[in-house]
Order: sequence, then structure tokens, then C-alpha cells
Amino acid sequence: MSKFLRFVPLLVLAAFVFAVAWRLSKPADEEIPSQLVGRPVPAFTLAPAMPGRLGLAASDLASGQPRMINVFASWCVPCIAEAPLLMELKRAGVAIDAVAVRDRPEDVAEFLARHGDPFVRIGSDPESRVQLALGSSGVPESFIVDGRGVIRYQHMGPIEPGDLPAILREWEAAK
Amino acid sequence: MKQLAFAITLAVAAPAWADSDLPPARWANEQLPDARQEAQAKALMEELRCLVCQGQSIADSDAEMAGDMRALVRQRIAAGERPEQVRAWLIQRYGNWVSYRPPVEPVTWPLWAAPLLLLLAGAWLLRKRLVRRRG
Repeated sequence: MSKFLRFVPLLVLAAFVFAVAWRLSKPADEEIPSQLVGRPVPAFTLAPAMPGRLGLAASDLASGQPRMINVFASWCVPCIAEAPLLMELKRAGVAIDAVAVRDRPEDVAEFLARHGDPFVRIGSDPESRVQLALGSSGVPESFIVDGRGVIRYQHMGPIEPGDLPAILREWEAAK
Repeated sequence: MKQLAFAITLAVAAPAWADSDLPPARWANEQLPDARQEAQAKALMEELRCLVCQGQSIADSDAEMAGDMRALVRQRIAAGERPEQVRAWLIQRYGNWVSYRPPVEPVTWPLWAAPLLLLLAGAWLLRKRLVRRRG
């Protein structure tokens, strides 16, 4: 018994080293998904992010048809990489609205002129309030909301070509 | 090659991820006029985790999103909400992860029990040693 006990500290050390080595080789997933998936979109109203466009309110989202909300910003570099894929989703029939986080009207206009404009409505969120209300932890992020205004899916980070099938599947499922 | 270019783009892009040109929200860095409310807000901010910097509280972080979260905390407290309501609002959206004060529930029992168990184990080891010395 005591012979075994003598090795307990060594075993504890080995377990510790193993745990640390494992975590170093397999870093923890640092994404913080929104807990609102499966729940209704919280109430909000946003003014238009640029002149001549419609703003965005939670009531616009419970329209009987699913909608996608893209949380983006003109100052967000990965959003540029994502832009052509949003255009592709639009061509595939996905209705996309946008929340422009901490942005200026002229910057949004320039971004959309340069990288394409797949959006129906664009709300301006100067203090990230709607972003926080949605449980989004960065830009870009995309949510699929069903016709009853319930959040069905969240995509974190830029949409890449490989993500399109999954997103279109979720889109069909939200119908 | 294309993948490499994409990887390099992403690597270069990361630092620019969270920087807009807009000035911080008004209540991000400005104290509430009511000292009691400000104290409540400050205490809560120290217990809320910054979403983009991970490992810092929103009180300590310079990230823009942390500033917007401070503004949110101050605005809600100024509007008469209790700090625990604001914390619950954030937990509802980001999970317990966002709070530095883990709730006592079955999943976190080991966490709360660990210090006690370690102290007991230490006392037990020490007792062995002391007994041996005396003997």
C-alpha cells in the first residue's frame, strides 16, 4: 500500500503534464456561440446604416419567410473575404439583411460599392447594442431567422466556400 | 498557393479584426454621475469577461467591444436595473462563460470543491510527514 502511495505524486505529475500537453496540441475552441439559437430574436430597432436604405427592426424578421442577418462592418477585413459568398447566397435566393457595427454611412456605402451589396435592409449599430443583444461576439457573423422570428442558426466568422452547403441546408430547414 | 495567400491574408487581418474608426461609446469610459451606481457598474464590469480578448475583464480591456459592453452595463444600471439583472441578460446570450462568477450547479461542483479537497489532501500529506518526524 505505502509502496503504491509513494508513486501517487509522480502519477499526479504525469496526469498534469499529460493534460497540459494535450491542451497545447489541441487548443480549446475559443468561439462563444450565441445562446439565443432556438429562441426568438430580441426586440430591437435600428436606423438605416446609409441614406436611401431601409433600417432593420426585429419585427421585420418575423415576416413569414426566413431571413439571414449578416453582422458586418466596413472596417472588418474578413468581411471583404466573405462578400462574394454573400452575393452567391443572394443569387441562391437567400434574403439577407445586415447589421453594420460601429460604422459610418459613407464607409458602409463605399464598402458595398466596392465589394457588392447583397442586403435588403441595413441597420446601423453604432454602439454594438444589437450585436450584444444577439449574442454575437465579433464580425462577421451570420444568423438565419425563420418566418416566426426564431433564430435557427448562427455562423461565426467569415463564410467560406466550404460553408455554403451547410448554410443553404439550414436555410431550407428554416422555411 | 491560393490557400497560402488566404492564410497569410487571415494572419495579417487578425489584428485589424476589432478596430473601427468610431470613437468609443459615451459610457464606455465615462463614469456615471451617481457614485453608488458607478460603484455597482464597476464591480460588475470586473466580473464580466471580454468577448474578444478572453482572459481579461471588460473593465481591464481596451477592445472596442469591451468598451461597448461597459457602456451597456452603465446604461442599464443607470436605467435602474440591478447588477444581477444585467449579468443575467448577458449570460442569457453568451452563457456562463461571460461571467467570472461561476454559478453553483452540478457541473461546477468539482470547481467549488477543488480548493477544499486540495487543502484536505495537503493536510493529510503533512500529517504523514509530521508523524514520521516525531517517530
